[in-house]
Amino acid sequence: MGMIAPATPKSWYLPSKPHKFCPGCGHGITLKALGEAIDELDIQQQTIFGCDIGCSLLAWNFFACDSTQTHHGRTTPVMAGIKRARPELITIGYMGDGGGYSIGSQHLLNAAVRNEKVTLILVNNTNYGMTGGQMAPTTLPGQITETTPYGRDAEATGYPTRGPEFIAEVTPEGAYVARATVSKYKQLRRLIRNAIRNQMEGNGFSFVEVLSTCPTNWRTNAHQTWNFLEEKMEEYFPVGEIKSPLGKGDK
Amino acid sequence: MSLIRIALAGEGGQGVQSVAEILTEAAYNENQQTIYIPNFGLEQRGGVSIAFIQFSDERIGAPKFNKADVVIALSGRAIGRTAGYSDENTLFVYDSGFEFDEADLPREAKKIIAIPAVETANKVLHPKVFNIIIMGAVIGLTNVVSFEGAQEALEHKLGPKFENNPDLRELNYRALEIGKQMAEKSLQEEVDNNG
Amino acid sequence: MEKIIGEPKKAFMTGNETIAWACLAAGADIMFGYPITPQNEVMHYWTRLAPKYNKGFLQTEDELSAGFTTCGAVQAGKKAFTATAGPGNVLMQEPFGMAEAMRLPVLAIIQQRGGPSSGTVIYSQQEVTLTTFGGNGEGHRIVYSTATHQELYDYVIKGFNTAWKYRFPTFVLGDGYQAKMREPLEMYEPLDKGIELVEAYPLIGVPGQIGVDREPQHLCNIYSLEEELYDVVMQMSEEYESISPDIIEFQAKDCEDAEIIIISHGVVSRVADDAVKILRAQGIKAGYFRPITLRPFPRQQLKDVIANSSAKQILIAESAYGQLERLVKQEIYGETVKINNLFMPGVGIIDFDIINKVKSII
Repeated sequence: MGMIAPATPKSWYLPSKPHKFCPGCGHGITLKALGEAIDELDIQQQTIFGCDIGCSLLAWNFFACDSTQTHHGRTTPVMAGIKRARPELITIGYMGDGGGYSIGSQHLLNAAVRNEKVTLILVNNTNYGMTGGQMAPTTLPGQITETTPYGRDAEATGYPTRGPEFIAEVTPEGAYVARATVSKYKQLRRLIRNAIRNQMEGNGFSFVEVLSTCPTNWRTNAHQTWNFLEEKMEEYFPVGEIKSPLGKGDK
Repeated sequence: MSLIRIALAGEGGQGVQSVAEILTEAAYNENQQTIYIPNFGLEQRGGVSIAFIQFSDERIGAPKFNKADVVIALSGRAIGRTAGYSDENTLFVYDSGFEFDEADLPREAKKIIAIPAVETANKVLHPKVFNIIIMGAVIGLTNVVSFEGAQEALEHKLGPKFENNPDLRELNYRALEIGKQMAEKSLQEEVDNNG
Repeated sequence: MEKIIGEPKKAFMTGNETIAWACLAAGADIMFGYPITPQNEVMHYWTRLAPKYNKGFLQTEDELSAGFTTCGAVQAGKKAFTATAGPGNVLMQEPFGMAEAMRLPVLAIIQQRGGPSSGTVIYSQQEVTLTTFGGNGEGHRIVYSTATHQELYDYVIKGFNTAWKYRFPTFVLGDGYQAKMREPLEMYEPLDKGIELVEAYPLIGVPGQIGVDREPQHLCNIYSLEEELYDVVMQMSEEYESISPDIIEFQAKDCEDAEIIIISHGVVSRVADDAVKILRAQGIKAGYFRPITLRPFPRQQLKDVIANSSAKQILIAESAYGQLERLVKQEIYGETVKINNLFMPGVGIIDFDIINKVKSII
């Protein structure tokens, strides 16, 4: 009985593989789900993929779709600009928790309020990975990072950002908001697909946060990594669809 | 001592940066001028790890250099990545335990030497002291620091671990000694071949 | 103030760690920052040291905020500082502009990386224009360009003092190589070297009762009439020019009998120094000029060096495409020396780069 190798998404750009993400990083899983969603929806030709600065920038040549890297926190407005200039394109912005909830938070807020018809995927690994593991808006209380060497003090630095919940509040009807996790792949792929469909149907702002892993900066082994994701992160950040204008039959 | 420039390169996890740190600490303790800079770029993991270290009596100019006096490449990829630092004055050393493409070796070098550090670590000592063997080899090739100075710097960095497990100290010191001898022997062989 | 360093200590550490210690020794109270390579470790070391010495820290949501929170803390009378690089430096021009306009003693450490845009995370000298004349003002700033870890330590201490004495935003301009490399230096208590730390004082929340012993403090950076702004800017310029002689620093060597003078700053000046020695040993009379303050630029000093030198040519060497050259040209306008350049944007320069260039010119 032969081994069945998982198929590489058609929308993946083969010359840039193997990719440069660390072993155990959740980006690889998320980008696989995104690739399969693009394939299923057959939108490779119209997709514009945008990435931020941070580990997400390693995805700049990941897809066989037209792509642009932007500046830190500025992926949202760039995607909005592209969509307003060329509404027939499907804009998918890809960023981390730093780019989205910290330096890019004003752009996220305003794009959400304006119901910009873009799809944003925000990968949340509770730290700034590329720059060496500093605190991020989603770092959990007590979590040790390079700039919270004694553990995050929520009194001094605030409590972790629950982005999708806040976006669900400020967006009008037509927006799609969800949170997925790399520990549940089928759901991850489905929520991403829904977020893209929401744009294709012209309904409004579409946002998926993806809970993800970073053993490199968490300094955890495989067991500890999955434990942190499933026991700690998924407890603090509820997984599932939060807001959706899509028909019930699609769930 | 006039300026000595050494480039150490290997895969992440081989301990290249640790060796550079300990050697330059030892040199600093002996009141030399010394600079150590790691290569650092975008990716957290995955590229070849390189340490640029320099030793001198006088104030050192640039933190990086185009050509090295000694290059030590500890993996197949590292050979290709560092061949460009070799010119007709360079001692280019690579570990014979790794597969590599002959075409990756430098076009110009004073000598190209293969040392069996990883094999020795695996068979005679312990895989985890592979980088300490390399450290000993650097000393054997260049004498940038005294052997005692290197031992002291090693003690300073790994002291707490040695306290928990005194056998580790023994192992590391042996690795240092073996690396030094390995290098001296390989230089000798080159001389014999030419003689 | 408690002694932090104590007896002079020799150390072998990275530039970023040196800066954290220097800020402590200089009496800094609080740091605001945001992650960007290659200055992150300044924050890493500061967050570990800060609680032990009762100092403050906040990682802000971005560099705009880091700059403005620093301005706020300074207005309140605390020695606040920040550190950044590249695109972060670009963002901080807005708060630095406010600091210029409102005469706030902000201290910022800039670790230059490749540009424009995200460029590289590694090294360059491409933030000279930005750091000296960024923002929408007239460049009323003080900029020290360091070349060694000893200078990083010395000029951070001096920088805080200069800022609080003269009230112009002050910058220590380093780069990614200085940030990440390790070399020896000696740390010391400023007082032990006769360096008094200038006292900080608030501009708001000042002592006294409003209406009783003082007026309320009303600070602004906008004016209704063109003439008002004119007066403010002219007065600031006059003051800046009058204090410049006290602040300017430079180094010049071997220029009198030189055929060509090599001008460089920061880490490149180390190899320029080596290059001059090697060239002279080979019979080529090279000279060396290094501005340490890029703002105020040692204009008269460079003009004097040129006037007293036999050199008919200068060579400007920088890891940028003309940012130092532009500064030099504007300062020595009228001089007739031929201006040559060695531009290596974002790339380290070694002595042979300069030597070969000189030989191709002479």
